[in-house]
Amino acid sequence: MTKPDNPTVFGRFDRRRFIASAGGAAAWAASAGLFPAWARSGTPGVSAGEVLTGDTIALSIGESHFATGGRSGHAITVNGTLPAPLIRLREGQSVRLAVTNRLAEQSSIHWHGLILPFQMDGVPGVSFPGIDPGETFIYEFPVVQSGTYWYHSHSGMQEAMGLYGPIVIDPADGSQDYDREHVLVLSDWTTMHPHEQLRRLKIMGGYFNHQRQTLAGMLAGKDQPSTERREWAKMRMDPTDISDVTAITYSYLVNGHGTAENWTGLFAPGERVRLRIINASAMTNFNFRIPGLAMTVVGADGLSVQPVETDEFQIAIAETYDVIVRPTGDEGLAIIAEAIDRSGQVRATLAPRMGMAGVVPALRERPLLTMRDMGMDMAGMEMGGSDGTLDLSQPEPTSSGHEGHSMSMRDPSVAPGVKMGPGVASLSPMPVDRLADRPTGLESADHRVLTYAELRSAEPNPDPRAPSRQIDVHLTANMERYMWSIDGVSMGEGPDPIPFRLNERVRVNLVNDTMMPHPIHLHGHFFELVSGDPGSRVRKHTVNVLPGGKVSFDLTADAPGDWAFHCHMLLHMHAGIMRVVTVRDYGDKA
Amino acid sequence: MKPRAALLALALVASPAWAQDHDHGAMDHGAMDHGAAEPEVQPAEETEDAHAGMDHSTHYPAEEPASPEDTPGDALPPPVPVDHAADALFDRDVMARARRGLVDESRFRTTALLFDSLEYRAHRGKDGYLVEGMAWTGGDTERGVIAFEAEGAFGEKAESIELDAYWSQAVNPWFNLQLGARYDLRPAPDRAYALVGIQGLLPYWIETETQLFVSNKGDVYLSATASHDIRVTQRLVLEPELELDLAMQDVPELGIGGGIDKFELSAKARYEIARNFAPYLGVAWERKLGGSADFARLEGEKPSAVSLLVGLRVWF
Repeated sequence: MTKPDNPTVFGRFDRRRFIASAGGAAAWAASAGLFPAWARSGTPGVSAGEVLTGDTIALSIGESHFATGGRSGHAITVNGTLPAPLIRLREGQSVRLAVTNRLAEQSSIHWHGLILPFQMDGVPGVSFPGIDPGETFIYEFPVVQSGTYWYHSHSGMQEAMGLYGPIVIDPADGSQDYDREHVLVLSDWTTMHPHEQLRRLKIMGGYFNHQRQTLAGMLAGKDQPSTERREWAKMRMDPTDISDVTAITYSYLVNGHGTAENWTGLFAPGERVRLRIINASAMTNFNFRIPGLAMTVVGADGLSVQPVETDEFQIAIAETYDVIVRPTGDEGLAIIAEAIDRSGQVRATLAPRMGMAGVVPALRERPLLTMRDMGMDMAGMEMGGSDGTLDLSQPEPTSSGHEGHSMSMRDPSVAPGVKMGPGVASLSPMPVDRLADRPTGLESADHRVLTYAELRSAEPNPDPRAPSRQIDVHLTANMERYMWSIDGVSMGEGPDPIPFRLNERVRVNLVNDTMMPHPIHLHGHFFELVSGDPGSRVRKHTVNVLPGGKVSFDLTADAPGDWAFHCHMLLHMHAGIMRVVTVRDYGDKA
Repeated sequence: MKPRAALLALALVASPAWAQDHDHGAMDHGAMDHGAAEPEVQPAEETEDAHAGMDHSTHYPAEEPASPEDTPGDALPPPVPVDHAADALFDRDVMARARRGLVDESRFRTTALLFDSLEYRAHRGKDGYLVEGMAWTGGDTERGVIAFEAEGAFGEKAESIELDAYWSQAVNPWFNLQLGARYDLRPAPDRAYALVGIQGLLPYWIETETQLFVSNKGDVYLSATASHDIRVTQRLVLEPELELDLAMQDVPELGIGGGIDKFELSAKARYEIARNFAPYLGVAWERKLGGSADFARLEGEKPSAVSLLVGLRVWF
């Protein structure tokens, strides 16, 4: 273990103790209210704060009041804080987490990204019965990995109301190649109950979208030209439908702090600072950047990746990224998490001392979806890239039967496994692999933008076998009715699980037949994204499938049991993009 | 909670075992009943039936250059297990309830009350009002609907009061079939009708509804509306609407002539303070035609009327 030698850095405390009880820290803690110490503004880093560690950890789920940006409302919290406490573990230990539910409704906690026995995974109706009011459930499992993870409720959309927190697991060998670290939990907050959000979206599909194309915009020469608007209107598709729930109701938060509260993490110039970034939002994918500061991505979804330097990346819901930054100046640097529809953003600050605030940049222009997001960008297929613009010199999108290619937006022959019905408004006629694409809205950013294809695992992939079979999983929707499903069948229809043989290796092709990104999460496993040469493909627990595109991943089904598999856009999951995955030993060869 | 914790402690030790190959005899299964957790392997043919749609020729392979060691094979999927892993570790009834809960929470159900028009109508003669809206209960594709429309002049008996009750069934992504009944309290004499309709969204975002009515007297009517939202700014919306009423026969006691009975052309400018709360200003031109126009003239009314509208569109 390399101990930081900079005297301004707080040393590594015995993590079995709560540091908040120590003299000065206690006063600081008392003034800071609802936040755990690591999430308070002005924190020198997570290693100095109040952290839950050790073999036995008690968590209590309850109701609290939460306020940000002048709004306040009811929140569901763990041990009274939003975000929930940081749980810090060490690879190789065992942990016993006693979770007590003090709500009037059922609750649960899922340890997102952790490899554990299925019955400890925390999904009511899949892994266990859930935690009834007043009950305590003991989660107990060995910690077999290291990295940045998180935990959240898997019941009643409680994570939209604040029930989420970070997990940091130190490697068994204690190695640490940074001088200081901060945990950044990104989230979205509203006083509107998620069930009411869903209801309003069901009644009016574009309820929260206040960035539509307008007549005033057209007269001002903005957005699509009129011919293109007509083409899209003919298809009943809205190129501004980027995010379902927007800043019209959301405040965006870093560690529970809005822009005005300016969460500040301290550094000493020249230090290597590790930022552990977690998107714990209910419905918001973020663009993350620190203007003027390069970031070296060293971890994705908890696992180490070969370092890659970038200026901005998109972090989908439920993903985590670890980056190393090396700020040198004596000024505050803005940490910007911008909602991908650019309806809003949040600024936090990295600063050498308190009282500094990074400059809040103007919100960038709201992006527009393109034909590629409908799964029919022929130009993109030919050029192998995407510049984010619609080329109308290409064949007319809505005319069918162009040179043998069906350009219908709802031709069942392109997806024979999909059950067609009112819930399936479109099928991507020619979905392309978008792992090398810059994500939505960052296509033409004039700086480096991370793509999935750039990520390579630091460790060799554990299973070199070629997949023995493959399956297609279509992500389907009718955005006008706000219906969401897999292969045209919602979770509410009680679909069959997706079966795997224990230890078989299967390629899963996710096809996005909608114009929204879907961060798809498989519980209990990591999978390799099929991009670049095999051997060092990036391993993830959540992958964002861009609109109209597809993603293939190779899965070694090595965790027996039943697991949840779903879109991590909470309302999409709740509306039906979910399945149970079974992994069984059938007694034959895998 | 104690028994469950104890069970879990047990499960923790045993958890990998529940699904283990029975050939691995080293594990002593005697103490625990794991039989229930072992998958009942179904014949492979059943699996293929269940996945008939999964035609391998239609897969979407990744676009990497396929090297032999990176090309998926064509092994068959395993059968879908009929058991549930958690049943081996938790109370089966409790788990069954939890599973139902998981499925149920993805089934959307709600009730909504929508007023399309809460409207003051200013025109020649006595000013009037229009109340038009609906309440529905149901889910994504099936809804029970009560629609209502009342129109009249202030200080007088309502000119028309129409109540529709119908079942709305989605028939494709955009359209719903309506089956039900309509009852007109006004004008006198009151009438009951059977109702068949189709409502939905046409290309170019045109909202449309067409309803066919057959009265208890055997009279047949058709009513069609089409409207479109022109979004001027994020909150200001211009909504032109055309409504057309047809009668298949003369109905003198209701003042209706056969053919195109009347049309109403309106334009409203609404300001969405919230998406579900929008006051508006508008203008409407109503014109009776053919026999209906003649009936109106006989009554001393003009067949054509222009109204200024002030109203509220609101839903809950």
